[in-house]
Amino acid sequence: MLNFFRKIFGKKEEPVKPAMDNIVTAPLSDVQLQSIRAMTVNRFEPSQLLVTSAQSVGRQRELNEDSLFTLSTTIAGHSSNAPFGLFIIADGMGGHQYGEIASNTAIRAISDYILKKFHNTLFHLPSIPLEESLQEIMQAAVAEAQRAVLHEAPGSGTTVTAALVLGQQLTIGHVGDSRGYLIYSEQRMEAITRDHSLVRRLEELGQITAAEAAVHPQRNVLYRALGQGETLEADLSTTPFPIGGYLLICSDGLWGVIPDDEMSKIIFEAPTIQRGCQNLIAAANAAGGPDNISAILVQLLG
Amino acid sequence: METQRIDGPNGSENRSTIGQLNSGTNLGNRYLIQDVIGVGGMGSVYRARDLHFPNVVKLVAVKEMINQAPDPLVRQTIVHNFEREANILATLSHPSIPRIYDYFTLDNRSYLVLEFVNGKDLEAILSQTDGTLAEEQILAWGIQLCEVLAFLHHHKPDPIIFRDMKPSNVMINQHNHIVLVDFGIAKSFQSGQKGTMIGTEGYSPPEQYRGEANTKADIYALGATMHHLLTRRDPRLEPPFSFGERPIRKINPNVSMELETVINTALQYNPDDRFNSVDDFKDALLSAGRKTGLLNRINLNPSGQANVSVNSGIKPVWAFQCEDELRGTPLMYNGAIYTGCYDNNLYALNAANGEFLWKYASEGGIVGRPVAYEDIVYFGSEDHRLHAVNTRTGKISWSYYTDGRVRSSPRISENHIFFGSDDYCLHAVNLSTNRNAWIFDTGSEVRSSPFIAGELVYFGNEAGDFFALDYRGNAKWRYKAKRNITSSPWVHENVVYFNSMDGYLYAVDAKTGWLIWRFRMEKPSIVSPVVVDNMVFTGSSDGHIYAIEAKSAKELWRFKTGHQVNGSPIIYKDALYCGSVDGYLYCLEYKTGRLKWKFETQGPITGAPLVYNDIVYIGSHDHFIYALLA
Repeated sequence: MLNFFRKIFGKKEEPVKPAMDNIVTAPLSDVQLQSIRAMTVNRFEPSQLLVTSAQSVGRQRELNEDSLFTLSTTIAGHSSNAPFGLFIIADGMGGHQYGEIASNTAIRAISDYILKKFHNTLFHLPSIPLEESLQEIMQAAVAEAQRAVLHEAPGSGTTVTAALVLGQQLTIGHVGDSRGYLIYSEQRMEAITRDHSLVRRLEELGQITAAEAAVHPQRNVLYRALGQGETLEADLSTTPFPIGGYLLICSDGLWGVIPDDEMSKIIFEAPTIQRGCQNLIAAANAAGGPDNISAILVQLLG
Repeated sequence: METQRIDGPNGSENRSTIGQLNSGTNLGNRYLIQDVIGVGGMGSVYRARDLHFPNVVKLVAVKEMINQAPDPLVRQTIVHNFEREANILATLSHPSIPRIYDYFTLDNRSYLVLEFVNGKDLEAILSQTDGTLAEEQILAWGIQLCEVLAFLHHHKPDPIIFRDMKPSNVMINQHNHIVLVDFGIAKSFQSGQKGTMIGTEGYSPPEQYRGEANTKADIYALGATMHHLLTRRDPRLEPPFSFGERPIRKINPNVSMELETVINTALQYNPDDRFNSVDDFKDALLSAGRKTGLLNRINLNPSGQANVSVNSGIKPVWAFQCEDELRGTPLMYNGAIYTGCYDNNLYALNAANGEFLWKYASEGGIVGRPVAYEDIVYFGSEDHRLHAVNTRTGKISWSYYTDGRVRSSPRISENHIFFGSDDYCLHAVNLSTNRNAWIFDTGSEVRSSPFIAGELVYFGNEAGDFFALDYRGNAKWRYKAKRNITSSPWVHENVVYFNSMDGYLYAVDAKTGWLIWRFRMEKPSIVSPVVVDNMVFTGSSDGHIYAIEAKSAKELWRFKTGHQVNGSPIIYKDALYCGSVDGYLYCLEYKTGRLKWKFETQGPITGAPLVYNDIVYIGSHDHFIYALLA
């Protein structure tokens, strides 16, 4: 009943009943108010992404079959602006027909699908909230890429590693043996993708050592790739973007040639991320450049 | 007239955009294509009518293989191999092997004409079945598959290795008999180049990836096929050779230990550890069938399952009886246990021995979890009030009125206490002044208990809205679920996790409110998730306790209890503790979901347990609160 009157007469009525047991109530003192306000000062720090990418055909191949995609902006969030970024590397499978078409089709299909989903958000148009989760969108985008590759480049295959950054959340969709790494401010480097390769699996099972895997004759054999096989399950994950750290996405032309600790050293020693990214490519070429080399390096500022 | 359909564009030119023969095509001037019945890696399989029998409808299956090798010499070798193998297969006569009628090559495509099998393949059967397939049915198919593999393996002069055993290559005909449909013949069409996929991902043994395929490979693949049928877990979606990480009975506890053991032997990583021959495999299946009675179908009930003994050796350290049901969760503070009860009382008990210290009567049921701060215990009651009671004396210090029942459990942060009420509001009350700093009207009952992290207050309401408020009571963001959010959220590494009555577990970015992933449970849930070790643990009214990988939303395990799970799980050391409406408190290994022990109470358990110093405290609707050794 009380509720009923409150609704009719508005909500101005003080809902608090006097406390019991001789407790005296008083308005908040200025000091108390200040201490509450101090906790909740709204600082505005433009949080944004710094992005660079580089690519080389390598020194032993004639064709580049890698494709890459980068897009970075900020979007107006519910109460503050949030960085938005989409980064994709696809490595068309060597020895297959149209590897380069497959990798290009994959990045186009994925970027098309995801950017269409965020179209209204990106252009600040009125929109209803998305029903799907970030991981569902990524999963559907990879499935779309699988369809597109099967249709546009049948018989070919490609890896794909796609990273969607929204706010501080980094959502990865991954198939094959391109890699995503997080590099933390203390130079620790952590792969956030798992290669879908035979040697990696044999290594995980303790059948071969990492050293044996690096020179295994079948180290290029994938058990999962876009455009190959009837069923495809992409690996999906979401991790926080490391503060003061980096995201690196690269094809095996980089990570297969330069050890992880060497890569993080190159990145941290470079004066800018642009230089760092170029130095990574140069290092892979200096080591023989046996395959196409692609790398995207991203830093979250603010 | 049937024959009129033959007219039309010439043979193999009549193709759809994706290169398949259109129906109505007359292939090789003999086979009238009717329909595509399958698509494989090398080409399509069609149902066709053999026009050499104009007066009867004789149906055949036509398998098309596209020769993709660019080099003419390689192409020729492939065609030779194909014809050689077709000749071998043509000599085979077995009820589980389709007869071969014809083969021919047109341009870069080779065709094999086989007996048409009227039935469905096991992959289709599996996808069209909702629950699990009957164990005795899978056992019977397994025995039949052993028989046909034995026939192939005993072939003279050379054994024939099937090489591609998997559910989609096994048809069940209208007599419920198995037929192998896709022979390794197609294999010669796969290029062996660098970067190519090899074998059928998921079912093939490790040595097949090294290019070795012998009879042991077929044994492994049959084991893999049966594993898939029994568990419904598609090995193509799992890393290769990972069956050992998915024990059959953990996924489908109804399967007998005997059958699981047989399949595990077939799935050994090392070929030497598998059965010596497919005949041995079959004998082992028969013997498992006899032992379990499955063979006679006498015992269809998987009764007599060896269960972990109930309450075995588990004696409560103490138990204390209240006057009504214990629906909420206890609190430990300074050596005392505080628990609300539906008899309107808050009880204070000595945690060491269960000795009664005091009780305090509110005027309504207490269903939440109390919280204590500076010698005051705070709790909400269905009498619309938040009560603040002195922990030493059990006397009221102060209370705060809302306009609805308080079922949400309070949380304290920065000298304020936050809790929801059925008056639609979230209340923030200053603990120094005992007055509200602000109230936030959500438009529906707030029964979810707030979670405070990163200077934001997170909670849901009964309209399905989820809120993140700052300390001034301003909404930072909100997210809408489809139904009530009674569940209390959990925040971990910048992600908020909560359940909803719409049956989803949600993971939402804590700063922006973007949905990261959602996980579908079978029924609505009011359980609050907990996150430990990058695993999210929760439960649902579908009766399961779930473990989900926090980053990928992958289900790691689920455990079935006898009734709804409405209370939250708790992780302590290597174990998970969770009650169920079936009356049991379950203790599971949290990494695997394996049952360690369970303890029976005489009523439903709807609250969460509390674990402290190796003692588990749990209240039950049987009026008791129990203290058990963890």
